[in-house]
Amino acid sequence: MDEITRVVRDYITREYLQEGDDRQITEKTPLISSGIVDSFSMVSLLRFLEKKYSIDIPDQCATPEAFDTVERIVELVRRFQKAEVVRS
Amino acid sequence: MAFADTVRHRYQTDLEGIKAAGLFKEERYIHSPQSSEIDVEFPIGSVTRRCINICANNYLGLSSHPEVIAAAHAGLDARGYGMSSVRFICGTQDIHRELENRLTAFLGTEDTLLFPSCMDANAGFFEACLNEQDVMIADRLVHASIVDGMRLCKGMQDTYKHSDMGHLEEKLQEHQDKRSRMVITDGVFSMDGDTAKLADIVALAETYNATVFVDDSHATGFMGKTGRGTHEHCGVFGKIDVITTTLGKALGGASGGCVSGRHELVEMCRQRARPYLFSNAVAPVIVAGALKVLDLISASTDRRDKLEWNARYWRGLLKEAGFDLKEGDTPIVPVMLYDAKLAQDFARDLFDEGVYAIGFFFPVVPKGQARIRTQLSAAHDKHHLDAAIEGFKKVGKKHAILGLARKELMARAAA
Repeated sequence: MDEITRVVRDYITREYLQEGDDRQITEKTPLISSGIVDSFSMVSLLRFLEKKYSIDIPDQCATPEAFDTVERIVELVRRFQKAEVVRS
Repeated sequence: MAFADTVRHRYQTDLEGIKAAGLFKEERYIHSPQSSEIDVEFPIGSVTRRCINICANNYLGLSSHPEVIAAAHAGLDARGYGMSSVRFICGTQDIHRELENRLTAFLGTEDTLLFPSCMDANAGFFEACLNEQDVMIADRLVHASIVDGMRLCKGMQDTYKHSDMGHLEEKLQEHQDKRSRMVITDGVFSMDGDTAKLADIVALAETYNATVFVDDSHATGFMGKTGRGTHEHCGVFGKIDVITTTLGKALGGASGGCVSGRHELVEMCRQRARPYLFSNAVAPVIVAGALKVLDLISASTDRRDKLEWNARYWRGLLKEAGFDLKEGDTPIVPVMLYDAKLAQDFARDLFDEGVYAIGFFFPVVPKGQARIRTQLSAAHDKHHLDAAIEGFKKVGKKHAILGLARKELMARAAA
């Protein structure tokens, strides 16, 4: 597991699972469609990613589909990391 | 005509999708006043059926109380039917301000402003009082109207795990760089029937220089020894900066809501809250009825005491019968089924037994947390609850869930 995947997975586990919830979050665990993360609480995940990786994710890209698994979130982060490099 | 066949077809497809997902809502027509027993027409077109109602927000049984009805009649005669105006043009009568002052005294705050509903109070408050320099930190299970209100506000949004004070503290630490922090919670959570840890929240707010916002719609009138709300129940009466609540539940159940709290925040709502500025004044007949409600509940705690007894008795009956319940000490008693289809079937079968209750499932509650939400009322007498439990037991036996442990119920739901 690479570094970004581990960071995102650990953040989601810490931020979203209630105490006593022993579900294991994998790269493919549905997050939005399973109700672990909802659109209301997704804001903190978005802000965490932007701050941690110094990227800007526009609202139109922060869709429930793009945030539905750790795998997709990592893809999104990588895409915007590249965009930041090109821009700078 | 712009509503072309293609447009109509699109909406028909969307509606079919809602039905296919099992999320289609239908109304049931009630042919009697709101009370512990109601006459229900369901399915539409069928002969009405007398049912025990165990799903109303009529906590104090005041929705059809004769003194409230008489006061409403008198208000209608004395102040007319409608105001035909928003409050700040020509929609404010003396009784609107009288009700606001009475609510201020009852809730132990500095000032109050009436809104057409608590939905409107929550939708309007945040945008009126906060901006991008501020942060709103909400419990993840707050009511949908708060979520909508927060989304309309330019302030930063954040959330904490439901009633997790450690997580809230982390968030308060994280946002020390903001101009102000507002902690936002329901007093009693409507779906689970649990109570916010308001004493802990107030203590954290004092430590981290935050204000506290509480939607007490499912608590005003009966939580606390004199029914003032969750703040009285938790020993922090007078320490909540903003309370929003409704006249549409325990306080007569008609409609109307309010923002009550620090004077300056209430005044900001009067100046800037769009649902207040652009909606008609609450109808005089409702204001007159609500004033009588406050007379009744200020004079005696009998109704909230009876409600407390009913809730405890009902919980005991359900537990004894072998149902799995969400723990709590409020008149909201969720019977956990975990399975959306079972929740719907169970509610339908209860109706056949003369008990009116509703199944709740995703997206109203989290996935895998389907339930029948029962709600007690001071209008219930012991014989209503004794009869209702027989219906629950019969339906519980039919679906073979009585006595099953939580894990077994969840496993069955997942199968």
